[in-house]
Amino acid sequence: MLKEDCASTLKVHLAQSLPLPSNVNRPRIDLIVFVVNLHSKYSLQNVEESLHHVDATFFLGKVGFLATGAGQDNHCSIHRNTVLRLAHTYRSPLFFCDLEVEGFRATMAQRLVRMLQICAGHVPGVSALNLLSLMRSSENPFLEDV
Amino acid sequence: MDETVAEFIKRTILKIPMTKMMTVLKAWDFLSENQLQTVNFRKRKESLAQDLVLLCEENGVSLNDAALLDIIYTQFHRHQRVWDLFQMAKEPGEDIDLSDMEQFKSSFKKILQRALKNVTVTFRDTEENAVWIRIAWGTQYRKPNQYKPAYVMYYSQTPYAFISFSQLRSNTPLLCQALTIASKHHQIVKMDLRSRYLDSLKAIVFKQYNQNFETHNSATHLQERRLGLDINMDSRIIHENRIEKDRVHRVTQEIFGDYSQPRLEFAQYKLETKFKSDLNGGILAEREEPLRCLVKFSSPHLLEALKSLASAGIADAPLSPLLTCIPSKGMNYFKIKDK
Repeated sequence: MLKEDCASTLKVHLAQSLPLPSNVNRPRIDLIVFVVNLHSKYSLQNVEESLHHVDATFFLGKVGFLATGAGQDNHCSIHRNTVLRLAHTYRSPLFFCDLEVEGFRATMAQRLVRMLQICAGHVPGVSALNLLSLMRSSENPFLEDV
Repeated sequence: MDETVAEFIKRTILKIPMTKMMTVLKAWDFLSENQLQTVNFRKRKESLAQDLVLLCEENGVSLNDAALLDIIYTQFHRHQRVWDLFQMAKEPGEDIDLSDMEQFKSSFKKILQRALKNVTVTFRDTEENAVWIRIAWGTQYRKPNQYKPAYVMYYSQTPYAFISFSQLRSNTPLLCQALTIASKHHQIVKMDLRSRYLDSLKAIVFKQYNQNFETHNSATHLQERRLGLDINMDSRIIHENRIEKDRVHRVTQEIFGDYSQPRLEFAQYKLETKFKSDLNGGILAEREEPLRCLVKFSSPHLLEALKSLASAGIADAPLSPLLTCIPSKGMNYFKIKDK
């Protein structure tokens, strides 16, 4: 993501889980991406527990889920539908991207940077909420809001 | 010349990859420089082998020479065989007898020849007071099968031998007996250490793995670490769990050290323990007999994989001592019983 050309200053915070240590001063967080490794049940469990520590306002377009490892079907211990359901529950977009593959990684990074710019309010005329409703309208028809 | 010897040499040559052909032939030192120069190494392997066999015939090649070529091939491809560690012991109170290497060799050969009329035994000395022994087994009535040999690598100043058995398993006790008697020991025990990587086994047994060699491996390792540092030094990446990361890194360094780990492909744990469970009842709980279970960890490089588990977030640091004791105890087969 840092390799992308971006007019704004970009900072990436990496954490194994939430909540973050509280004794640190941090700039405003504009986007949270939860990375789920489909090969590991603990990955999903960790994300589910971390989600409880996220303030509700983030779920208005400032949260995304990234599932990696879908390409190696025989190593997956989490079903695709499980993460789809999780993303649906939290009303947030879900991306599938095998982070091991250079090309996919680069494309994903691009998308995330664009998304981040919108969430930070750096793109005039588009807000995080706009983006969210735009993305949702093209979502999987099986998981429609009831 | 014996047809079978020619065939044996041809088949051995065909096994050698073209990239190593010159190196192996030079190590064998049976064909002269001039002879090797007359050969066209760009031919198809089949006809190259035939040319080389003809040259060998001119030199009057013997079965012993052919066996030596097989030893050299195996030395270059030692990872194609699986090696077991054996340790010999003398009677308590006996002095270490610095026996003669030549005496050992002739004694070893005699013992095998007395037991089985037909057996081919070949020796090749290496540096570090070690000898490679190749044994091709026959029976009282059949000539030795040259294509299923056993190999022994014996360090004469130590009680250790590495044995790679042939597929003809029935000769195992005889081999062990011959080795023990010829080296003037009283007992031989198979240790719980086995791997394809003979050099790693040596490093573990002789405790030579905890040194920082300036090998290619350690050089690239350092380079990777330097790159890793650079990426982390980018001030735009902030690690929220820095303290924990550093602790894990420190604990891993303490346990595994800074050096390359010796290479093993697996560790096997045989459990004979009673089943313990937090849940009350359940099918497996409250049984008197121990649960029999086998756990096997496999990897192209097991110890390096274990070393990277904690920093990859897959396991807690410190790792279980059952895993980390492998090089220090010199074992990769474990039996675990309730105390």
